[in-house]
Amino acid sequence: MKSNYPLPRWADLVLLPVVCLCLALLAAAVVVLLVGQDPVRVIGVLIQGAFGTPRGLSYTLYYATTFIFTGLAVAVAFHAGLFNIGGEGQAIMGGLGTGLAALYGSALLPAWLMLPLMLVSGALFGLAWAVVPAYLQAYRGSHIVITTIMFNFIASSLLVYVLVNHLRPAGVGSVESVPFAESAKLPAMHEALAAIGVPWPSSPLNVSLFLALLACVGVYLFLWRSRGGYHLRAVGSSPGAAEYAGIKSKHQVMIAMAVSGALAGLVGMNEIAGVSGKLLLEFVSGAGFTGIAVALMGRNHPVGIVLASVLFGALFQGGAEVAFEVPGFSRDMVVMLQGFIVLFSGAMAYVFAPMLAWCLAMGRRLLLKPAGSLPSGAPHG
Amino acid sequence: MDSAAAPAVRMSGINKRFGAVAANAEVTLQIAPATVHGIVGENGAGKSTLMSVLYGFYAADSGHIEVFGKPVTIRSADDAIALGIGMVHQHFMLVDTLSALDNVMLGAEPHWLLGRSQRAVRVKLKALMQATGLQLELDQPVAELAVGDQQRLEILKALYRGAKILILDEPTAVLTPQETEQLFCVLDSLRQQGCTIVLITHKLKEVMRLCDHVTVMRAGRVVQELPIGQASIEALAEAMVGRKVNIGQVQRKTGATGLVRLQARGLVLRDAMNVLRLTGVNLSLHAGEIVGVAGVSGNGQSELLDVLSGLLQPGAGQLQLGEQTFDATAWLDPRTARELGLAHVPEDRHARALVMNFVAWESAVLGYDGLPQYANWGWLNHQHMRRTTAQYMERFDVRPRDPELLSSKFSGGNQQKLVLARELGQAPTVLLVGQPTRGVDIGAIEFIYAQLRAMRDAGCAVLLVSSELDEILALSDRVMVMNQGRVTGELSIAECTEAGLGRLMVGEAS
Repeated sequence: MKSNYPLPRWADLVLLPVVCLCLALLAAAVVVLLVGQDPVRVIGVLIQGAFGTPRGLSYTLYYATTFIFTGLAVAVAFHAGLFNIGGEGQAIMGGLGTGLAALYGSALLPAWLMLPLMLVSGALFGLAWAVVPAYLQAYRGSHIVITTIMFNFIASSLLVYVLVNHLRPAGVGSVESVPFAESAKLPAMHEALAAIGVPWPSSPLNVSLFLALLACVGVYLFLWRSRGGYHLRAVGSSPGAAEYAGIKSKHQVMIAMAVSGALAGLVGMNEIAGVSGKLLLEFVSGAGFTGIAVALMGRNHPVGIVLASVLFGALFQGGAEVAFEVPGFSRDMVVMLQGFIVLFSGAMAYVFAPMLAWCLAMGRRLLLKPAGSLPSGAPHG
Repeated sequence: MDSAAAPAVRMSGINKRFGAVAANAEVTLQIAPATVHGIVGENGAGKSTLMSVLYGFYAADSGHIEVFGKPVTIRSADDAIALGIGMVHQHFMLVDTLSALDNVMLGAEPHWLLGRSQRAVRVKLKALMQATGLQLELDQPVAELAVGDQQRLEILKALYRGAKILILDEPTAVLTPQETEQLFCVLDSLRQQGCTIVLITHKLKEVMRLCDHVTVMRAGRVVQELPIGQASIEALAEAMVGRKVNIGQVQRKTGATGLVRLQARGLVLRDAMNVLRLTGVNLSLHAGEIVGVAGVSGNGQSELLDVLSGLLQPGAGQLQLGEQTFDATAWLDPRTARELGLAHVPEDRHARALVMNFVAWESAVLGYDGLPQYANWGWLNHQHMRRTTAQYMERFDVRPRDPELLSSKFSGGNQQKLVLARELGQAPTVLLVGQPTRGVDIGAIEFIYAQLRAMRDAGCAVLLVSSELDEILALSDRVMVMNQGRVTGELSIAECTEAGLGRLMVGEAS
């Protein structure tokens, strides 16, 4: 029955993800019922918390910004046929690069140069961290999944080492650097909006959201409009055909991972330059891995990644609200809900495709039959 | 022997749809026992689907099957085997690392102890080999058996499982003419012993040689069924395609050929396992000629194409392409090759010629995306790519004419036409073609042959690698034969005979 009914494109892109999402919520609702809570209330609080107020919405978008960067990073590598598990480490290094530029640059450089410098520095640090596994994959045959995972551990240890041994001011207990100069802080969204006369509650949301959206456009143009992206996708889709076309797959591996790492490195702009204003530990806290789920759910397309990022941002923000508002509903339950969404929308995305296609075909047949205008069979095509 | 009463197989009213496509529509087939029944048709005519229904791979949407007069339901290959139906697939279903004996035994072990099973199977198999004349070395790993032997093993495997009806899917695709003849002798003797054989093929000559009865399928339907006495190759070809076809027509240029366009000397290539794949191959290609490279698959023809197109770097040798010369230390790469006017239609359409999940207009510029009309400062000119693809499709009759369709959604013949359109699009001076009609239907074959001849007549130097001897003979002006990485003979087309080429193909010097 499987291949008998092809799934129309619109259903594949829109209906299937929605169905998967609903199934995930349904599964989560069962668990919520099992622990004696009201699933309708929980989902209501979650949606209200994530989208209901300007403040909630801001938090949702703030989380989404980071996920867009890491999701894009995974997607670019994926189009070259590479599974970049190292978004976490590349984001950590990106933050370190952003932070170092802020700490050491602000005394020497003019204020207008600071933010661009921090951006470039973060991207370059992320890039450098991704290019090493890429080189090992392309020229030394080490599998990129293994090396990028390992590089995550090295990155987080390196950050601890740099912070504890070099950046922490003497006599301070917490592991963090001194605050950045004002010139090295990215404007928050409420400040930016206030400047044009729009009142907005204070939140961690900052202008790096626009940077993330710009990155989406850039990734789209690169992958689908440029010759470089064409080569990259050719290598990812068919290494044999790429070789035949004279495209050097080793170069493409390097390019893809460089772009991927640079994108992950931009997480520092949101978290370090935009929110904390100083270098600290744990600012990535799993966003690199969430990026994998985001890319998977967003079908490795910038538009899908934005939507998936907002969804995951809403889960983080709304989940926190739920944990706060609904007694007996811990944060772990929110993690479970995220797990269900990743499971249904990512890992099992196509499990329901044949069923859905069958339903659509049947529905269409029922709708078209009474019209009677069709010759025997062939209800679609 | 109630042969008149009960046919070996009787399929009636078989319908099988895949989405909107009717792969089999009201197919009725009757196969008399102890005969060889040929089923011919173009790719996609539904012959494989029909046999898959008989062998239990697919369940038909409707229809009845009778085996030896008894109505049956076949839900799996196991059901089919239990009914005495055996199938030899085009791609052998053998475990390379196991011995021939173990392959026969696999899944039909008579005892749970391996040693006892092997002894029992060996005795039975020896008797079977004696009776059928299918001789085989039983203790060699399958990987070390010749292709013809592997096929005999597949047949033995089916017979060991009690097959009285044997389905052979394109059995001669991988065989030399001599091996083909051997196979036919075996099939002849099996028929005499009462075995019923169904032969799926597109080689009409073989149908005429071996079959008692032939069924022609087109677009999912049976269009003709007749005893071989009433059939002719021309009539069968016409029935398959639904119109008159003319592929074998010889219209060779008799005049002298032109300048040397490509010359290779002493090409030596070792593969990753350090096995010699090319052993000092020399060749020259002149403007305005088609040089055919004949040989059993896997004797270095593929490697020759890859070396000449720059995909593989030889260990030794020189190459002259136009004005440029290359040697093994600085071999040409595919990009340089294209720039020097060398186009390449690769053997493997799926893995090389097209990116299957690119849309047609993306695949239609593969390798040529650096041309100024397609790329500007690193940005692709989608409009121009789409327009060119639409023109290609028009000129080469690619169906459907939809540049936005995924490359994988076209049929084999239409994919090949798209590849040809791309490779011929830049007016190459040298054209390398590998298996141009593999998996391509007859109508498209005719068109592709005409295009290749037109290129030759326009002064292009064409190198044609094909495992279909008929194709080599139909197109070439000159034929090279390869065996185990060596050129064993070079003949003008006038000197070629099938038997002579066959001897060269197995390595006997001319």
